[in-house]
Amino acid sequence: MSDQPAKIGDNWPNLIGKRLPRVDAVEKVNGDAKYAGDFNLTGQLWMKILRSPYPHAKIISIDASKALEMPGVKAVVTAEDFNGWSWGWGPTTRDETPLADEKVRYFAEAVAAVAAEDEETAEEACALINVVYEELPGIFDAEEAMRDGAPQVHDYVDNNISWDFHMDYGDVEEGFAEADFVREDRFETGRTLTGFLEPPAAVAQIDSSGITIYAAKQSPYFIYRQLASCFKLPLSKVRVIQPYVGGGFGGTKNDSTAGDFCAVMLAKKTKRPVKFVYNMEEVLTTCRRRHNMIVDCKMGMKKDGSITAVQTKVIADGGAFTAIGPLTMYLTGIMTTLPYKLDHYKHDAYRVFTNHPVSAAMRGHGVTHTRFAAEIQMEKMADELGIDPVEVRMKNAIEAPHETINGITVDTCGLKEGLEIVSSSSAWKDKDQNKKDGPVVRGIGISGTSHLGGARQRGHQSCAAIVRLCEDGTVNYLTGASDAGQGSDTVLVQLVAEELGLTMEDVTIQRVDTAVTPVDNGSYGSRVTILAGQAAQKAAQEVKRQLAEAAANIWEVDAGKILFNDRTVFVDGDPDKSMSFKKLTQIACYSETGAVIMGKGFSEYGLEKMDFEKGYGNPGVNYSFTSQLSAVDVDIETGMVKVKDFLIAHDCGRPLHPVNVEAQTQGAASQGLGQALYEDFKMREGRTMNSTMVNYMMPLSTEHPDFELHDIITDDPHGPFGAKEASEGSIISTPPSIVSAIHDATGIWFTKLPVTPEKIVLALKEKKENS
Amino acid sequence: MEKITCNFVVNGQAEEISIPPNRTLLHMLREDLMFHGVREGCSHGECGSCNVILDGKLVNACLILAVEADGMEILTVEGMVDGDNLHPIQQAFVDESGMQCGACTTGMILSTKNLLDANPDPSREEIKDALAGNFCRCTGYAKIFESVEAAAESMKGTQS
Repeated sequence: MSDQPAKIGDNWPNLIGKRLPRVDAVEKVNGDAKYAGDFNLTGQLWMKILRSPYPHAKIISIDASKALEMPGVKAVVTAEDFNGWSWGWGPTTRDETPLADEKVRYFAEAVAAVAAEDEETAEEACALINVVYEELPGIFDAEEAMRDGAPQVHDYVDNNISWDFHMDYGDVEEGFAEADFVREDRFETGRTLTGFLEPPAAVAQIDSSGITIYAAKQSPYFIYRQLASCFKLPLSKVRVIQPYVGGGFGGTKNDSTAGDFCAVMLAKKTKRPVKFVYNMEEVLTTCRRRHNMIVDCKMGMKKDGSITAVQTKVIADGGAFTAIGPLTMYLTGIMTTLPYKLDHYKHDAYRVFTNHPVSAAMRGHGVTHTRFAAEIQMEKMADELGIDPVEVRMKNAIEAPHETINGITVDTCGLKEGLEIVSSSSAWKDKDQNKKDGPVVRGIGISGTSHLGGARQRGHQSCAAIVRLCEDGTVNYLTGASDAGQGSDTVLVQLVAEELGLTMEDVTIQRVDTAVTPVDNGSYGSRVTILAGQAAQKAAQEVKRQLAEAAANIWEVDAGKILFNDRTVFVDGDPDKSMSFKKLTQIACYSETGAVIMGKGFSEYGLEKMDFEKGYGNPGVNYSFTSQLSAVDVDIETGMVKVKDFLIAHDCGRPLHPVNVEAQTQGAASQGLGQALYEDFKMREGRTMNSTMVNYMMPLSTEHPDFELHDIITDDPHGPFGAKEASEGSIISTPPSIVSAIHDATGIWFTKLPVTPEKIVLALKEKKENS
Repeated sequence: MEKITCNFVVNGQAEEISIPPNRTLLHMLREDLMFHGVREGCSHGECGSCNVILDGKLVNACLILAVEADGMEILTVEGMVDGDNLHPIQQAFVDESGMQCGACTTGMILSTKNLLDANPDPSREEIKDALAGNFCRCTGYAKIFESVEAAAESMKGTQS
């Protein structure tokens, strides 16, 4: 340390904005990182699930006697064991039981589970359970499911309408009357896999002290509440321990699985710990997937390109149960009023039950579908009016501050700046010169989109943190937030260390253990950095306040003059009065009767009222803006598309950890690439035909282009150090920019995702025949 | 099922173990020998998260029966660490943040070792080809490619 004490501002902020290694990096490269499936408890049994061979059938009887006679088999559970208990998103939609009760509603739904001495025995025993079914006619098309007389998946709703959501702002008819040009188009988005590589897994035990479960969860406090309800235990007796999580991306790991409930029930029956790990085929056939949606979009535009009105109707294939679907429907509508000026908007969304696996949230939740539709339709109309794709976006782009017609308030917006970056690139400016003559044609496309950060639901919203100071000047930081890989642990540690003037190594994070860490809503909707981040900051500030008081006593100065920097505490403007953070800690902890220094903090952003039913008010705390250019090569003979470049200009307010921000933007764009070109479950009579990673195509290393990334700094007032979301923007901007690029190459607007080689070849053939 | 006694050298350590003939190398390493750095993803040889190096060759441990590897040397990610020191490839993945959730990372590192052992100075395209059997859903691969390039740079003139 230099002779001259540091002064505030010398190198502050120390850590925010720096390219620091991740706090979990070493454990993830040397093999130490333990995931749920890596935990083993003494005496544990293995569990396997028997799954339905029909998509829709009555269960007439279940006879497990042969399975129970098999050596090594310890217990079997069926729906009877759960006594009718069900779970779901809201009080009126708790329609899912851990095991199928009375009837099965989708192919491979869980029907029974076996616990045995080893996994093979459990699997063999499943085959010995005799289930008698009576097949029922299935319904596999969302539009048909809504018609009178269609097979009913559930009795508690009519016409299979799982949930509907409506918005009506301004007067769309007036808006369409003002327009010079009105278009109506039908768009469709694929049914896609979230794609985590670590399957659901858990090892559970239950005894008189309660439940302990090590589970692969992105939001462990969901299963915490659900297990308490299912097993009729107080929350204080449910201990969910969250190890490292091998990817989440929404849906499955933000919910419970049949496996979780069955493992606890079998542990209860056998009085032994029970472990399970889903295989990847179970993941692809039974886990929550992105809704397949039909989006009918109607847009009015004036000759100058300004949008006068938008009307959307969504029909979403919800699969067999509601899950988090109501929130999906809300998001399809509420976010359509960004990022372009819009005075008239009407939206009708219908989530429909079918005999398909359950649809739920996935990164870019709900927003990817309607934003794709409106973004492509806007450009299509501009194209027909002879307006440049950049010009139509600049014409309609909002500027901050802005309030949408449905009460969303935007304080910072880097959309126009992003579009300028994208359109001043040589890739855009020289796009016509760079056009190649077949058979491989270059196309360039752009998009401009927005996403919410700090997502809200009805009910519990706040995050909390506890910062405990150890006597040697190091820190334990306790959070209820989970890192499924996105890097939030690193950012949260960074915020605590920053506040206390410490290094990253001084702060150790305690990952979720519901017996120890503060309750948290979960890791979804880009809420961790903003909300858990604010809580972490405040908890650290509380520790700092207590230490500053101790320092103020020593030096007999006002506590407000005590500063923390570089593991040093000093008096502002008085360089002689300084000591190490460690020394001050020891003085504070050991003087007189001693002190135990702890701080707690709660988030406060985004607590104002909202109207979930009407889609009015802020769905999040603040809003990111993403502008993207995609360059593609289309082989017009084979229809193969190769993405060559991604240029993404992202306004996340301020990147707190620039490496993570880049990585999130790249990763979300990668998933967007999959959605645009490859990914779609092929369904036949309720069966998932591409049920392995061999035939469900996701982008690999060779499909990835180079990335050029630009940060747009806007310093939002509602995020720690100005931060907004950074993990979902580019999954929304990527599909429309790719589809726009394919149009540039082929002259064809594709409206149905994914745009496969087959679709391209057929469309080119049709175009040729018609010309 | 009758067990068969096999001998392996795992990360330099001799192991004698009786295993049923239908046990995969993956499950033997994970469940019997507790090398959890060998991860199970797709179980179909598609994702590469169970990559290990078997007698100098990169393999998917999910596609090989443990008994087939009798008498062979196995390297897992745990064996790349030298005391407290990470292997330069591991260090490069730390320095370049070449991971997010970590589920693919250990396989990715062994695949990288396999590449750099044969080609110490690969081009970006050669890296993409070499990692085409390793699925990553989180990163969009950019930081993984940068990690491999950083590893190649730091290992120049040294033996892996």
